[in-house]
Amino acid sequence: MSGFSTQRFFAYLKKESIQIIRDPSTTLIAFVLPLILMFIFGYGVSLDADHLPIGLLIEDTSPSARSLEAAFTGTPYFEVTTSYNRTKLEDDLSAGLLRGVVVIPQDFSQNLLRGTQASLQVLVDGSEPNPANFVLNYAQGVLKNWTDQLLIEKKNIFTLPIDVQARVWFNPELKSREVLVPGSLAIILSLIGILLTALVIAREWERGTMEAIMSTPIRISEILLGKLIPYFFLGLGSMVLCLSVAIFLYDVPFRGSFLILFMTTSIYLIAALSQGLLISTLARSQFVASQVAIIVGFLPAIMLSGFIFEISSMPWPIQAITYLFVPRYFVDILKTTFLTGTVWEIIIPNLMALIVIGAIFLGLSLRRIAKVLD
Amino acid sequence: MNFTNRYIKARRIWYRIQALIMKEILAVWRDPKSRFAMVIPPILQLFIFAHAITLEVNSISLGIYNQDLGWYSHEIIQRIEGAPYFKHVYLLTDPHDVKRLIDTEKAMVTIEFQQDFSRLLAAGKQAQVQVILDGRRSNSAQIVTGYLNQIFQTFNVDILKREGVEVTEPVVVQSRSFFNPNLDYIYFTGPSLVALLSLLIAVTVTSLSVSREREAGTFDQLLVSPLQPWQILVGKAIPALIIGIGEGVFMMFMIITFFDVPFLGSYLLFFVSITIFLSSIVGVGLFISSLSATQQQSLLGTFVFMVPTTMLSGYATPIENMPTWLQPWTNILPMKHFLIIIKGLFLKDMPTSEVLSHSWPMALIAIVTLSLASWMFKRRME
Amino acid sequence: MGSSVENAIEITGVTKTFSGMTQPALDNITANIHKGIITGIVGPDAAGKTTLIRLMTSLLLPTSGEITVLGLNTLKDSDAIHDITGYMPQKFGLYEDLTVIENLNLYGDLQGLKGHEKEEAFEQMLSFTSLKPFTDRLAGKLSGGMKQKLGLACALLSRPKILLLDEPTVGVDPISRRELWKMMKVLLGQGMSIVWSTSYLDEASQCHEVLLLNEGKLLFNGPPSELTKIVDGRVFLLDVPEKGRRTALSNLLNTKGITDGVLQGNKIRIVCKPDFSIQSQEYPWTPAVPRFEDAFVDTLGGGPGGTSLLANSIPKKGKTHIAPIQTEHLTKMFGDFTAASDISFTIRRGEIFGLLGPNGAGKSTTFKMLCGLLQPTKGKALVSGHDLKTATSQARSQIGYMAQKFSLYSDLGVKENLDFFSGVYGLRGNFRKKRIDLMIEIFALESYLSSNSGLLPLGYKQRLALACAVMHDPDVLFLDEPTSGVDPITRREFWTHINGMAEKGITIMVTTHFMEEAEYCDRIALIYQSKNIATGTPDDLKESVKSKDLPNPTLEDAFITLIERSDMHNNEAHV
Repeated sequence: MSGFSTQRFFAYLKKESIQIIRDPSTTLIAFVLPLILMFIFGYGVSLDADHLPIGLLIEDTSPSARSLEAAFTGTPYFEVTTSYNRTKLEDDLSAGLLRGVVVIPQDFSQNLLRGTQASLQVLVDGSEPNPANFVLNYAQGVLKNWTDQLLIEKKNIFTLPIDVQARVWFNPELKSREVLVPGSLAIILSLIGILLTALVIAREWERGTMEAIMSTPIRISEILLGKLIPYFFLGLGSMVLCLSVAIFLYDVPFRGSFLILFMTTSIYLIAALSQGLLISTLARSQFVASQVAIIVGFLPAIMLSGFIFEISSMPWPIQAITYLFVPRYFVDILKTTFLTGTVWEIIIPNLMALIVIGAIFLGLSLRRIAKVLD
Repeated sequence: MNFTNRYIKARRIWYRIQALIMKEILAVWRDPKSRFAMVIPPILQLFIFAHAITLEVNSISLGIYNQDLGWYSHEIIQRIEGAPYFKHVYLLTDPHDVKRLIDTEKAMVTIEFQQDFSRLLAAGKQAQVQVILDGRRSNSAQIVTGYLNQIFQTFNVDILKREGVEVTEPVVVQSRSFFNPNLDYIYFTGPSLVALLSLLIAVTVTSLSVSREREAGTFDQLLVSPLQPWQILVGKAIPALIIGIGEGVFMMFMIITFFDVPFLGSYLLFFVSITIFLSSIVGVGLFISSLSATQQQSLLGTFVFMVPTTMLSGYATPIENMPTWLQPWTNILPMKHFLIIIKGLFLKDMPTSEVLSHSWPMALIAIVTLSLASWMFKRRME
Repeated sequence: MGSSVENAIEITGVTKTFSGMTQPALDNITANIHKGIITGIVGPDAAGKTTLIRLMTSLLLPTSGEITVLGLNTLKDSDAIHDITGYMPQKFGLYEDLTVIENLNLYGDLQGLKGHEKEEAFEQMLSFTSLKPFTDRLAGKLSGGMKQKLGLACALLSRPKILLLDEPTVGVDPISRRELWKMMKVLLGQGMSIVWSTSYLDEASQCHEVLLLNEGKLLFNGPPSELTKIVDGRVFLLDVPEKGRRTALSNLLNTKGITDGVLQGNKIRIVCKPDFSIQSQEYPWTPAVPRFEDAFVDTLGGGPGGTSLLANSIPKKGKTHIAPIQTEHLTKMFGDFTAASDISFTIRRGEIFGLLGPNGAGKSTTFKMLCGLLQPTKGKALVSGHDLKTATSQARSQIGYMAQKFSLYSDLGVKENLDFFSGVYGLRGNFRKKRIDLMIEIFALESYLSSNSGLLPLGYKQRLALACAVMHDPDVLFLDEPTSGVDPITRREFWTHINGMAEKGITIMVTTHFMEEAEYCDRIALIYQSKNIATGTPDDLKESVKSKDLPNPTLEDAFITLIERSDMHNNEAHV
């Protein structure tokens, strides 16, 4: 009598699937939205500052100053605007058109010739701290190469005692896209998961179908699973789509195992979909469910997942909060699976966290629905 | 028509719109759940994100595999441990641990000293250090490289000094940061969050407001009333503007008070520009809402609008990093223009002329989206 | 197990309290529902009818007391109860984006039907409900009557021993209602027990037994005829002149000793108190056979008085030469589908004009075109000479509109809704305040002022909706099924207002499925298959179908006969 019935479960599953197929917005969410998002994340989001616009103010026109100017214009990191007009460059800096201004002062070559220390001014726009830091670092680097050259010419070389040989693993050219694209898959799947499920139960209440369904012998677990599974396959479909774009269009390397990716994606999807279902059961009206979905589903996924902003750099209370949002676990898994390979030490704890959170979400939804008519 | 008549007519219209405005405010404000959602999450998010959003790197974990027993490596390790941004320093004894530490993200960087490191240096020869960085954190890796280079460079100079070599770099860099002397990240995050969160509120209030009434059948009730479509639009836009601007101004003062970000510009200009900005957002929200038949479609529309707004407006990452063909398209995002203005007003005391030159694109977007929304009201009557 | 139990359902001392409510929704109810009969649950709004049915399905649990369904306790055996009961909730519980057969499949599987058994049940249900030709149609595209049948079919698939129906005939036309009753008779013949909640009292009187609830209390439990007996010899029909019938009704209702009165064409039906002397009446009278409704209203303490404070509060409208409502060859096509075709009529000032017809016949489409909510494909719909879609605010502020579905702001309070609509219609200052206060007084909304209007009992929702539609004293009033699902007492109150307003010169257009209500109309247009098939006074329509078989037709008879004639005519045209 009691207990799970496969017949009822499949009937509900079939109903849900038919509804999905009939509703064009579901297909839109599952197959068009991911492409738009992949496009935005792939092309639009980049931390690679390789064409920083800077101004070069030349107050000294001697050959050595010219040679330094050439060093700056020659590097791919900078997009250099050369000028003799300080006010103009400073205005452009203030207007946000330039990220920094390098000043070669009047006494530059004079000091160099005299053997006294010459100075180079670098002014940066502090309203964009990250690019500002990059301007400072790159300017130092350009100058260093140039002075090394100078010293060699003067035959005044000495070797530096320590030679630092830095190597970057997994992403030797430090292309941010290779890191951001895998992370964005987690964000995209989380958005899709919430969009698909946040309204589905609230909608059945509003339309009165839930009452009729509840009066049949169906069990709550059959309803929940019947809802979860079609959206799960839809989510897997979106994942395959995103994965293909990442690998074939964006050339992001994939070093892990597809089997493990499939497994972890499945668990993540269940957790993300359960989160949507929970919102839907708690809210009971589509309006409130939407409000909640926008608030918890979007910004936290981007800000608190470690997708762009390093979690370890946040103060500890904020770090604690990040554990509440599922994307962080999957971002971690994805980055490693794409760029490093299969690292169980990373996969297992994250996976466990996803399973626990997903189970809590599902459990809460189960309890909430059971009581809800009262 | 003479002047008095016109005045009376305008007043009558205004009274009608006023009733609608009151209703819209109540619709958001009356339900405790909805009121909560409008006030608490934005403020919470302001505090959380203000701390969370940083591309600075601190609390770095670092692994050191030291095969050298001499003084030099020991000294470097002490200096690294003393530096403020390194939190965990793991001392490794097994070369395999280097790979394990990096692979498992326990450390972002490892340093390896060869057996003969101190011997070579003591002999006045060049010694090598291997530094391995985790490329999965591309931005952080670059910043960490900078930190480490600084430590090694100072140490290099110190060694040379001990050997009696006079080192003067021929050129030194004097750097100065405008608008944000210490390159504090919050100077960037604070103003940006004010823009982003007030946008989020304005969108949430408007994007469901029409589709929700359609599903409830009350929109028909509005259409048969004496309200003209443009009046319905105004009645729905103004409450969202009031709520958005109210919270925007509130958050601005929070940022100034609790996060010590200076506000150098004019409050009046801030008010004017946030009004134009939020008008354009309200326009987009109402357009999404009038386009959708169901609330789910509205929700979808909201997400489709929010993602590019956060990712492509220069908020998440700078616009100049994008491919050049994509950059002009970012101009259709009101957020892009307002980010420039709000940072300008906070940090740069941006002059009126410049504020205005960044405002007109938003005004244009507002006009276009609001007209489209109003037109959709009528069209949807079929 | 079931057969050893005497009663289908036993309700013992059941009380149900919802959190946040001061009064219990059901207060110490004890009753037995017998096997093999139809038991009606009747009562005014907020009496607790739906709560009681939900308790029987074990979708709600009693606060105290217990209910057993064929010996199974709803507290412990809810799964077993779901196996032996069929339940159709108020909105029929259908998935509108699934086809008829898909809905059946879903519910069949949920009820555990297998293979051959399922096929057989489908076959039977489809022919039983005559839905066979429509198996591939989406449920959302069915008419109200067909939805109701499909909902019923879904509830019946597993051959439940007990069938629970919650207001199955709300918003359903008389033809579908008659068909539903025929189906019920068949089911009874198969030994099923049926519980049916309704606010249609002609239906209640056809039940074998009724439970009469009021404010959560059980007032009566037994055969309806037993209740009807209490008004024996107290019901009369009065002949009144057609011109002054509304005034006459109003005066009669204000007469001490008369507890109830309704219009029936050219006659007025009254119920008197036992001590009232009918001899004193100025109009010629004949005794009438009491109906259940007469007894119902009498038991609940009589209907409202005959004076409409609302009508008294508005000035008499001046005369104009423009027809308040006029349609000329009004046609609306949705793609290939003709929703309304060539509909023409003109309504006079102060007239109550009824738009009748089966579900999906085109009433609502016509209505919406008049209100300016739909653009006609051809023809004209004019209200006071204006096309409302493009009309100025001025023109639109002269109409009042009450939608079919409750469409006020359900998450706003009662007062806030009144504030809003008075503001939108341009009422201001002191006058606005006075109007709002008056509405609150007239419609007795005082005690609900701060509650969310979505949580009001249905009757109060409708009152509020009417208040919002008339507050600005419109010239023309559109009422789309204003009393759908509302109890007879509230319905009488509505008609007192409507009559009063018509007397003041307000033109009223109304749609309804209640034939008793249609009797109040001055004229009726019968819309069927998108066409206007008959227009006239209620008595005209009755007269037109008079025959040997039907010497004394009711309006419902007229309705059905006219539609059958139209069908025959169409068939001939096709042949």
